[in-house]
Amino acid sequence: MTPDRSLIEQLNGTWRDPPGVWGFLTTVDHKRIAARYIVTAILLMFLAGMLALDMRWQLSVPENTRMTPQLFNESFSLHGSTMLFLVSVPLMEAMAFWLVPLMLGARNMAFPRLGAFSFWLYFGGVLTLWIAHAIDVTPDLGWFEYPPLSGPAYSPGHRADIWAQMITFTEVAALAASVNVAATILKMRPPGMTLARMPVFLWAMLIASIMTIFSMPAIMLVTSMLISDRLVSTHFFSVAAGGDAVLFQHLFWFFGHPEVYLIFIPGTGFVSSIVETFSRRQLFGHSVLVLAILSIGALAFGLWVHHMFAVGLPRLGNDFYTAASMAIAVPAGLQIFCWLASIWAGRTWFPTPMLWVLGFLATFVIGGLSGLMTASAALDLQLTDTYFIVAHLHYVLVGGAMFPLFGAFCYWYPKATGRLMSELWGKVAFGLIVGGFNLGFFPMHILGLMGMPRRVYTYSPGMGWETLNQVATAGSAIAVLGGLVFVANALWSYWRGEPSGADPWGGSTLEWASASPPPAWNLAFTPVVASLTPMWNGGGALSVMDGISVGKREVLVTSVTGAGPLYRQKSAAPSVWPLLAALAVSAMFLGSIFTPWAIPIGTLPIAAALIGWFWPNRPRAKIGPLKAMP
Amino acid sequence: MSRFAPIVLTLLLGACAGVQTPLSPVGDQASALHSLFMLMMFVCGGVYLVVLTGIIWSVLAARARRRQDAKNGSDKVLSRGLYTAAAVIVAGLTVLIVGSFIADRALIAARDDDAMLVRVTGHQWWWRIEYRDPASRRWIETANELHLPLGRTARIELDSGDVIHSFWVPNVAGKIDMIPGRRNIVDLTPRRVGWFRGQCAEFCGAQHAHMAFDVKVEAPAEFDAWLARQDNPVAAAAPDMPRGMAVFQGVCGSCHNVRGTSAMGRAGPDLTHFASRRSIAAGTLPMTRGGIQGWLAQPQALKPGTSMPTVPLAPSDADAVATYLETLR
Repeated sequence: MTPDRSLIEQLNGTWRDPPGVWGFLTTVDHKRIAARYIVTAILLMFLAGMLALDMRWQLSVPENTRMTPQLFNESFSLHGSTMLFLVSVPLMEAMAFWLVPLMLGARNMAFPRLGAFSFWLYFGGVLTLWIAHAIDVTPDLGWFEYPPLSGPAYSPGHRADIWAQMITFTEVAALAASVNVAATILKMRPPGMTLARMPVFLWAMLIASIMTIFSMPAIMLVTSMLISDRLVSTHFFSVAAGGDAVLFQHLFWFFGHPEVYLIFIPGTGFVSSIVETFSRRQLFGHSVLVLAILSIGALAFGLWVHHMFAVGLPRLGNDFYTAASMAIAVPAGLQIFCWLASIWAGRTWFPTPMLWVLGFLATFVIGGLSGLMTASAALDLQLTDTYFIVAHLHYVLVGGAMFPLFGAFCYWYPKATGRLMSELWGKVAFGLIVGGFNLGFFPMHILGLMGMPRRVYTYSPGMGWETLNQVATAGSAIAVLGGLVFVANALWSYWRGEPSGADPWGGSTLEWASASPPPAWNLAFTPVVASLTPMWNGGGALSVMDGISVGKREVLVTSVTGAGPLYRQKSAAPSVWPLLAALAVSAMFLGSIFTPWAIPIGTLPIAAALIGWFWPNRPRAKIGPLKAMP
Repeated sequence: MSRFAPIVLTLLLGACAGVQTPLSPVGDQASALHSLFMLMMFVCGGVYLVVLTGIIWSVLAARARRRQDAKNGSDKVLSRGLYTAAAVIVAGLTVLIVGSFIADRALIAARDDDAMLVRVTGHQWWWRIEYRDPASRRWIETANELHLPLGRTARIELDSGDVIHSFWVPNVAGKIDMIPGRRNIVDLTPRRVGWFRGQCAEFCGAQHAHMAFDVKVEAPAEFDAWLARQDNPVAAAAPDMPRGMAVFQGVCGSCHNVRGTSAMGRAGPDLTHFASRRSIAAGTLPMTRGGIQGWLAQPQALKPGTSMPTVPLAPSDADAVATYLETLR
């Protein structure tokens, strides 16, 4: 059913953002917010990548004097903190923000203003860390800052506080984003999309969001304890006063391990979507894939101790965590089997997004297998804190999450821009990144086995580490070059790419039903879903229903399991309150770096902003007539 | 990992000469871990080969199907494959978990009364090492150089004087963290004589990279003689004490200890038998006249951030101190 011109004009009028800067500051359009997240994160990825190249340059020669130890320590701290807290997690949230409403055929997220608040607060965290870097108060103790080193006695100044508050920023933002994504997926699915008919991508995003909700409080707690140790001498972690240094590690990794999986799990969602579309068949083992993601999500909370095998915890306990960590190989292995089986059994074609899937499989499995080695409580004593771990973590995070993300970027790029990326340059970038990455990081396994500890700013010539370090440096440079080609291709295609039409790949899920790029209101009608692959209903047209207001911002709320229509819900209009609330929260977080008084005083502007935000000015949701249309 | 197999093998063999690598184990603990590593390499390498074959096979099969416009493959065959994959994964994991458990038990096998007790305390950025004299039960202190008797288990008690460090002599055993407020232990049972190297493995601040130590494994008789020598104070100060000694006691003695003299500081490494060691400043410089002079003249340039201050000594005084230090054998 195609919408006529007057309907489109009406929808445009209803969902339009105010023009100009005011629109920029007040928008609650999930696509605009997600695009901001993505652009910010890509810029940060470039900056943090430059730091990595600088460190590789430093390490390519023994006793190099290019970087001072202070600069090197700042560089790896900034690189790790940026990549994990400001790039990987937010990028996955951004992909969810952009895609989830489209894949549900919904007009916006469940909490549009909360989405805007998430971005502004995340952006506050970005500015905190990078402005601090510009004025030389860069954190310099790695991406996990263990006390007592990060405590007041050994880290005077504000470097460690900046790190702790940057985390508070991003984690509040991530919690808000996750609540939003989970509520949207659970309550705004189109009629007929029961839990059993939910695509793997949506399952992945739902489970990653729930994991975020369970894991982030632990890190917010631990960084708050650290900052209160530093600010008001609470002694949570100071041994002399009865505190415990290891408590920090438990709390940090109780978050830290799930964090790795909540970066990886959205990646499995991307891979599932891409494989299904290009294999031209419904994914083999849909329920196996969903159960695998669920069990990874559950197991993720029971294996944090494998980051702490060298701490000297009870040995039998360590062996339990060995078994739990290795058990991850069962669901992960079955996922890989299901994807390969779908590729094998379909009439698969291999444009750039599919190449990224193959690159992901070949690279991520290496990271998974080196993960089995480090999961052994015994063998880890030789591997942890060496370059073997540096190699392992980059194989799982870059190979396991970034490669699927790059594939997802190429796959959904035409949807977002209405244009196709160049296949030729896409393949060049793929070759450079995957080749350069493996050349750069595989030798690090061997460096670790040759005894090179991680986080050393230099080493002496007698250690025999220089050749492999040079290979690693060359590989990283090639991968960075590939990244530049990738971005250049995206930019060039944005203006000069071939028009793609609504559905260039023949995709299986609902986002392909909208125009490319999608209008502010996404789909003109609410789709009605009868299968896992609603766009492939035997070549027939998509069933839709009407009944959602076109003159007011309205969305449809459905039941959690059966996705039966429940009621129409007013959807928030553009508002400046999310920005003001984020500014107020940022002011309190930043102030608390310097004085504890920022917390009581800072609550006043936050309260004012929230009162403005929630001021009752809209009518309650109504149950309205919902009529099905053929 | 298979496509890198030739490179890996060459490098592994090349690395066997290393003095700081788990790949050429000389201790019981490192040998147990090395066997576990080889088991892991064998299993994981096999798995990777299977996955790589699976990827290539799937791509070729899919392309053929597309070319011939054939029907999609049946789910029945795939389901059987899924169960097989699950069974193989579970079997493989069982092998690895049991192997890991057995290796872990081998790491602390010695009985308490068989082991020689050594206490190592990590400091930013050096190692305090104390041996318990078996006869007198007194603690004998040295720094940055660990001597181990061949074939005997040394039980190392690990502690930290400031932040978290990690004690790692990869050729002999795996690493264990040194955490303030916690007493960890690691057993070292070396089976080959020679010089090896240990290094701090937990990031501990600006000079984490320069926190290493030398390890000498020697025959028991040689070790006993060495320990007895370490126990000796230096000869009592003669009335005509050399100028270097006087300067040292006045300037360096507030941080460094030279037993038998009035230099009794505890903040820095014990220097009683300084010149008998192989390197200076926790593995930063070789023990040569040049090394000593360089370290005295500009410690902050060689190891920026070290607690060793740049002491303004007249060139002749610095020379005299270096000469004196060279006599501390």
